[in-house]
Amino acid sequence: MDHYEMKLTLKVWRQANNKSKGRFETFQVDGISSEMSFLEMIDILNERLVVEGQDPIAFDHDCREGICGSCAMHINGRPHGPWHATTTCQLHMRAFKDGDTIVVEPWRANGFPIIKDLVTDRSAFDRIIQAGGFISVNTGNAVDGNALPINKDNADASFAAAACISCGACVAACKNASASLFLSAKISHLGLLPQGQPERHKRVISMVAQMDKEGFGSCTFTGACEAVCPKEIAITNISRMHKDYLAAGLSADN
Amino acid sequence: MKWSQFFTSAVGRKFVMALTGIFLVTFLIVHVGLNSCIFADWVDTTDNGEMFNKAAHFMGSTIITRILEAVLFIGFIIHIIQGYVIEAKNRARRGQGYNIELGSRGSTWMSRSMALLGTLIFMFLILHISKFWWASRVSQDLAQVSYDGGRTEMHNLFLRMYDVFQNPVLVIIYIISVIVLGFHLWHGFHSAFRSMGVHNKKYLSLLKGLGYGFTIIVCVMFILMPVSMYLDWVNPN
Repeated sequence: MDHYEMKLTLKVWRQANNKSKGRFETFQVDGISSEMSFLEMIDILNERLVVEGQDPIAFDHDCREGICGSCAMHINGRPHGPWHATTTCQLHMRAFKDGDTIVVEPWRANGFPIIKDLVTDRSAFDRIIQAGGFISVNTGNAVDGNALPINKDNADASFAAAACISCGACVAACKNASASLFLSAKISHLGLLPQGQPERHKRVISMVAQMDKEGFGSCTFTGACEAVCPKEIAITNISRMHKDYLAAGLSADN
Repeated sequence: MKWSQFFTSAVGRKFVMALTGIFLVTFLIVHVGLNSCIFADWVDTTDNGEMFNKAAHFMGSTIITRILEAVLFIGFIIHIIQGYVIEAKNRARRGQGYNIELGSRGSTWMSRSMALLGTLIFMFLILHISKFWWASRVSQDLAQVSYDGGRTEMHNLFLRMYDVFQNPVLVIIYIISVIVLGFHLWHGFHSAFRSMGVHNKKYLSLLKGLGYGFTIIVCVMFILMPVSMYLDWVNPN
């Protein structure tokens, strides 16, 4: 596709802090290249705002290569924008046309309180991981790869689940603001491997309890999370999590 | 993990919803099967509702079915209350909504509207119970009919059905309500099994197919009942 430049209208959510009431602010941006990433487009706007002495738009970003999960933006009603399986940093401006209006909002969920503008506090995910998203083993030298045989299908499914970058798009898209896809990705990642077995039941109980505590909803299998996940985590993982929870709950000693 | 924690967690509540939902699906099989006895008059015009009345009489006069009836009511109540609890909790999880919603770009309308569909079914259920169940079990204001040369006497529920379905407004309400039930089942059938932990693709596609087939058959049969009586394809004479 040929390179082209565009003029855009941006409606961005501005909110000074968690306590203040936010509002949309409209900006006109000129000379945006179709080859820029969405974040570079915001960078250009922010440089202008700094020069003009205005407060630049606060947004999360880190690796800018689609693997860190920082760049949380709800663009035109869809987490990470219009492209399938793409993070905001990998969304390029050729996804838009000259003259388009783009609405940018932060993730909306009680579990992700707004810090400023588009930046939300996603530490709830860290606490969910701390509740059980790990294996307890003595560290030391790596064991020989052949010492622990792993079924290839399980290894692949575990790896696919491990691709979750904890960006929170699943929560952002879910009508219940449920973190089930994130949780289930972590549970499948460990639960499908032999190393994850000893704590499999304890893990699912602790992580689900933490999810409830953090204020995320339950899964009603609408499939919105799977549709917007930049890493294409399968919704079947949620059913696997439910199965683990059922087994854990029924076999618990007390 | 205590039972109280198990059944009140985000996942546990879904188990309750799924199990009661699957139970109510089994009830629908019985209900649609039994009521299909009215079509005996379609095949044999001398039936005049005899097969249906006898089947309904059996359901109302046998102790086991009466016990199952009580269990059914409990199932409905748990499903309805738990459904509203889950909906209220889930709605409260997003204090401030989006300016532009994701809408149908990732999910079907019916999967997002289970509570609304359920509420419509609940409203229909009240009307439905008041028209038939209440009349046959509580107020007993049904005409009597005798079969087998006067040896057996029973309620003529068939006649009540025929009378009710002469009202075009009620026929339309019934048709719409059955379609609403169809939407609820279209998502609810496979979703219940997914909530219970079925994640294997081969079972999921089987359950989806079963669910869609079941929904279509149940809805077509239930819609045919008021329609066939209104159009006099099935009648008491």
